[in-house]
Amino acid sequence: MWRDHLTEIIIFAVLFLGVSAMGFVAARWRRPDDMAHLDEWGLGGRSFGGWITWFLVGGDLYTAYTFVAVPALLFGAGAAGFFAVPYTVIIYPLFFLVLIRLWSVSHRHGFVTPADFVRTRFGSPTMALLVAITGIVATMPYIALQLVGIEAVLKTMGLTGSGVLARHAPIIIAFAILAAYTYQSGLRAPALIAFVKDTLIYLVILVAIIYLPYKLGGWSGIFEAADKKFDASASATDGILLNANNQLQYITLALGSALALFLYPHSVTGVLASRNRDVIKRNMSALPAYSLLLGLIALLGYMAIAAGIKPLPGNAAGSTDSNTVVPLLFDAKFPDWFAGIAFAAIGIGALVPAAIMSIAAANLFTRNIYKEYLRRDATPAQEASVSKVASLVVKIGAVACIVFLDPQFSIDLQLIGGVIILQTLPSVALGLYTRWLHRGGLVAGWIAGMGLGMWMLYQIPNAATKRLHFGGSAFPLSKFGFDTPKTIYVGLVAVVVNLVVAIVVTAILRAGKVPDGVDGTQPDDYFADEGDPRITPTPPEEAYAEPAPRV
Amino acid sequence: MDTEPRPEPTPVAVNRDHSPWNWLLLIPIVVPLLTVLFNADSPRLFGFPRFYWLQLAFILLGVGTTTLVYQMTRRR
Repeated sequence: MWRDHLTEIIIFAVLFLGVSAMGFVAARWRRPDDMAHLDEWGLGGRSFGGWITWFLVGGDLYTAYTFVAVPALLFGAGAAGFFAVPYTVIIYPLFFLVLIRLWSVSHRHGFVTPADFVRTRFGSPTMALLVAITGIVATMPYIALQLVGIEAVLKTMGLTGSGVLARHAPIIIAFAILAAYTYQSGLRAPALIAFVKDTLIYLVILVAIIYLPYKLGGWSGIFEAADKKFDASASATDGILLNANNQLQYITLALGSALALFLYPHSVTGVLASRNRDVIKRNMSALPAYSLLLGLIALLGYMAIAAGIKPLPGNAAGSTDSNTVVPLLFDAKFPDWFAGIAFAAIGIGALVPAAIMSIAAANLFTRNIYKEYLRRDATPAQEASVSKVASLVVKIGAVACIVFLDPQFSIDLQLIGGVIILQTLPSVALGLYTRWLHRGGLVAGWIAGMGLGMWMLYQIPNAATKRLHFGGSAFPLSKFGFDTPKTIYVGLVAVVVNLVVAIVVTAILRAGKVPDGVDGTQPDDYFADEGDPRITPTPPEEAYAEPAPRV
Repeated sequence: MDTEPRPEPTPVAVNRDHSPWNWLLLIPIVVPLLTVLFNADSPRLFGFPRFYWLQLAFILLGVGTTTLVYQMTRRR
């Protein structure tokens, strides 16, 4: 059956191999004097300007999985899936306020990971280790999910064999190529590929949102079709508007996801790679262009309803894989060559975040586990080579997740990932503002938030998939004893409890005069900028006398 | 090198992170979370129910606010 999709497959393969070649060449792009340094391999030399940062961070935050799963959510549940839009509006003011401080303090002290910061700020290798492990565990399933995105496309093109290995062969090949050029080029590879990926995605979506409504009877017709479908369905929680019971879930999920996103190691990696504060601040005004794109992509879910798309069957008998609705929509409504470009955009779109995530996870391992516990005197060159190998291990792990486990398991893990990464909020995000919390309080809060979050997720059933546990992130408040059908996002509840415990334990430890770690940072580290005299060899007076460039 | 006293940060540098303009950034954090504003069908715009076009419009609110704050707080 793949023969029917030959044109699509050829275009997909050509574009995919083209960007892979770019990935290898990227090692020479903006070539440093010494590539054997973690700052070069893992952060692209901390030198990226406005445009590169825009493509890199955009390609990093808006993943292939997002582009496939968000429309699938709207297709299945309606308005509740649109939370992705407020979520990606909120993150930029937050980045503007919080991550800019992380950039400055990291620039000043040479931090590569959020855990590096926690270690120096709170004088606590233990809390840093917890942050590092949380980051790695949360990132791994996220990488695996990128494979789910590629798989949805491959399935639509009919590239599905029977048997475990035959079915996954294309994905294993794709990831082997990705692993090889990430190993060689580090963060420069996704930065360069992001240009192609995003250009393709913008192109495809612009065409789709003009052409498809014209074919499907206009926007009113599309919303009408969606409304009709949800009216007819048995579920009470779907519809093109929110109902009284899922509004709290909608806003807590949007806020919680936004808070989680800037704690994810890969977002931090993207931000730390930029050249100065100005680049980041200007990007916070420019990156929402991707949010608009995402909002329009989300509506592809309704277009799929209007076009009468039926999702392909899932791995389990009798189930459907709703992630295939967008690829199927393109397959049904566009000429083969254009569908091929769209599929390539999704496929390449998976490579950029997967590369950045594996680099971020590898950096965490290198800096906060290897250097901290295994080899304290590691040189920057040794750090770089350990990180390169670790990035391979992380990708093999992600592929293994997809090949040997039910993909649903990766989706569950990613759901858990969002909840657990939020538990680093008190140490990483609040730590950028205040040193008041005691390191013991942070550890206690982390344990409490983690425990509660896992318990709540375990308690959530899913009626659609007939699963008793880990069925979603919407926790019914009735399980807390409230007499209401309302639901709330698990992560936000867990992090609030985390904070309360951290504050109470801090108060107790302070009253008991338990020794707190030494704060290795200075108040003015948090707004250090490019050319800061304490980093560069330039004499201090001269650097301060130099006027800032006027733009 | 460490024997030299650290240079005192200039007052401009100290204040850069504490501009009152930063409070404006609360607007695009809070407004997109007020479901009462947008959870309705009418009025429609180009066939989009209010739920969809207003939330997409909040993107512009976010862009406008961050741009304004950036312009007002940048180093002169």
